[in-house]
Amino acid sequence: MGDGAMIGASTTTPAPAAAGPPLWLLLELTYRCPLHCAFCYNPLDFERTGPELGTDDWLRVLREARALGAVQLGLSGGEPLVRDDLEILVAEAHRLGFYINLVTSGVGLNETRIAALKSAGLDHIQLSFQDSGKQMNDFLSSTRTFDLKSRVAALIKKYEYPMVLNVVLHRFNIDHVGEILEFADRLGAEYVELANTQYYGWAFHNREQLMPSRSQVERAEAATKRFRERGGRPMQIFFVVPDYFERRPKPCMNGLGSVFLAVTPDGTALPCHAARTLPGLDFPNVRRADLRHIWYDSGAFNHYRGDAWMKEPCRSCPDKTRDFGGCRCQAYLLTGDAANADPVCELSPHHHLVTDAVALADRERPGALSATEKPLVFRSSANSRTLRP
Amino acid sequence: MTVPAVDPTPPFDPAARPALEPRFRLQWEPAQNAHVLLYPEGMIKLNASAGEILKRCDGHSSIAEITADLERAFATTGLGSDVMAFLAMAQGKRWVTVP
Repeated sequence: MGDGAMIGASTTTPAPAAAGPPLWLLLELTYRCPLHCAFCYNPLDFERTGPELGTDDWLRVLREARALGAVQLGLSGGEPLVRDDLEILVAEAHRLGFYINLVTSGVGLNETRIAALKSAGLDHIQLSFQDSGKQMNDFLSSTRTFDLKSRVAALIKKYEYPMVLNVVLHRFNIDHVGEILEFADRLGAEYVELANTQYYGWAFHNREQLMPSRSQVERAEAATKRFRERGGRPMQIFFVVPDYFERRPKPCMNGLGSVFLAVTPDGTALPCHAARTLPGLDFPNVRRADLRHIWYDSGAFNHYRGDAWMKEPCRSCPDKTRDFGGCRCQAYLLTGDAANADPVCELSPHHHLVTDAVALADRERPGALSATEKPLVFRSSANSRTLRP
Repeated sequence: MTVPAVDPTPPFDPAARPALEPRFRLQWEPAQNAHVLLYPEGMIKLNASAGEILKRCDGHSSIAEITADLERAFATTGLGSDVMAFLAMAQGKRWVTVP
C-alpha cells in the first residue's frame, strides 16, 4: 500500500498525523551473536539481510529519533557487544538525552568495556540468560555458565547498575524455575523477568518443541510464588505468562505505529521487531529515508494505525481500544492474514489454532525429545541460509 | 470546592529533605510537553504539579523550602498539604525517599 493511503479511510480512524512520537526506539545493531538460541525471535533468514549499518548511519538514526521525541532506547541484536562502536553510539545517545538500555547475554562484557560504557552514559544493563539445551544443562549441572554470569553480574554491581536478569522460559527449563531463581538470588539480582517464550522467528519454527504444557506453567507459577514468599533478600520477580495460555490477546506494541520503532541491522525500520514477516508492507530503510518521514508518512507505519484495517470480531469489539486486536505478527503467522484477530483471543474464529498448540504441548511426554519428533533447530548462520521464513 | 482538612500529623517532618530514588531519572521532554521519570525500560509521564515538585526533590532542599519555592514560583499560598500528600504517594511508589 502506498503512502498516505489511510487518509480519509474512516472517520473513526485518527489521521496518521495524529500519531504521537515514537517514544521507544529499539536498535538491533547486529544479527551476529555468539549464541545459538532455539527461541530467538530474530528472523529465520537473518543471514540473507543486507549489510549492517555503519557508525555514522546509527548516529544519524539516534539524532533523528531523538528529534521526533524518542526517549527510551534499547540496544539489542544479536549480541550488541559484537559492535566495537557500541561505546560511541552510547555516548551520542546519552548526549542526546536518551535513557539507554543494553540487552546483552554478557558474552564480551569485560571490565574495560563496562567502564567505557558507564562513562559514556549507559543507564541500564539487562543480562539475559539464554540458550535452551546445552548451556542450560551446563548451568544446571556445572560451572561454565555460572562463572560467566557471575563474573558479569559482579561487574554490573561494581559499576552500580541494577542487576536485571531476563530468563526465557520454555519446555526444557520451565521445570527448573526454582533453581533459576536461586541462581538469580546468588547473583544478587534485583529484578528477574521470567519471560515465557514468544513464538516468533526461530521460536515459532521450534514451537512444538518449546511449548510447555499447562501443568508445567502452573508448577512454574507455584514455584515462583513459593520463592516470593521465602523472605530473605528482596528480589522482584515478574512472571510473564505465555500468551498462548491466555484467553484475550496482549495489547501488542500498544498498537503498531503507536509508540515503538525498531531498526534492524541493515537499516529496515519496523513498527515491531517481528514485523518483518508481515506481507504486503514495504518497510522503509533508514539509509534512504529520514525517520520523520518513515514514522509519520510511510505506508508501512500508517497501515495498522487506527482501526480501519480491523476485521470482525475486532471491529465491533469494545476491547479494541484496549488490546488493539492483539498481535499482527501472531495473527499472520497463525491465520495467514495479519488483519485477523490475534487467535489468542477466545472470540477469534481461529482460537482453536492456539488451543490445539497447547493441547499438543499437554500430551504427556518426557522433557527430552523423542526420536519421532522434529529436532530443535538452533539459530545459526548455516541454518539461516537453508530455512525460509 | 472543598477546603482540605488540616492534617494534625503531616506524614513527614517539614525539615526532611526528599530525594529522587537513584534508579529514576527526571527529565523534561519537549515532545511530550511534560516531565518524565525514566527507569529501566520504562517511563512515567508526570502531570505539571508532580513534575514541579519532583524537580525540586534534590536531597538538599527541605519540604518546607520546596513548598515555599513552589508558592513563590506560582504566586500562591497553602500548597503545604498538597506537597505532603504528593510526597507520601511518591514515596509509596518508591519514586522518592524522604529520610
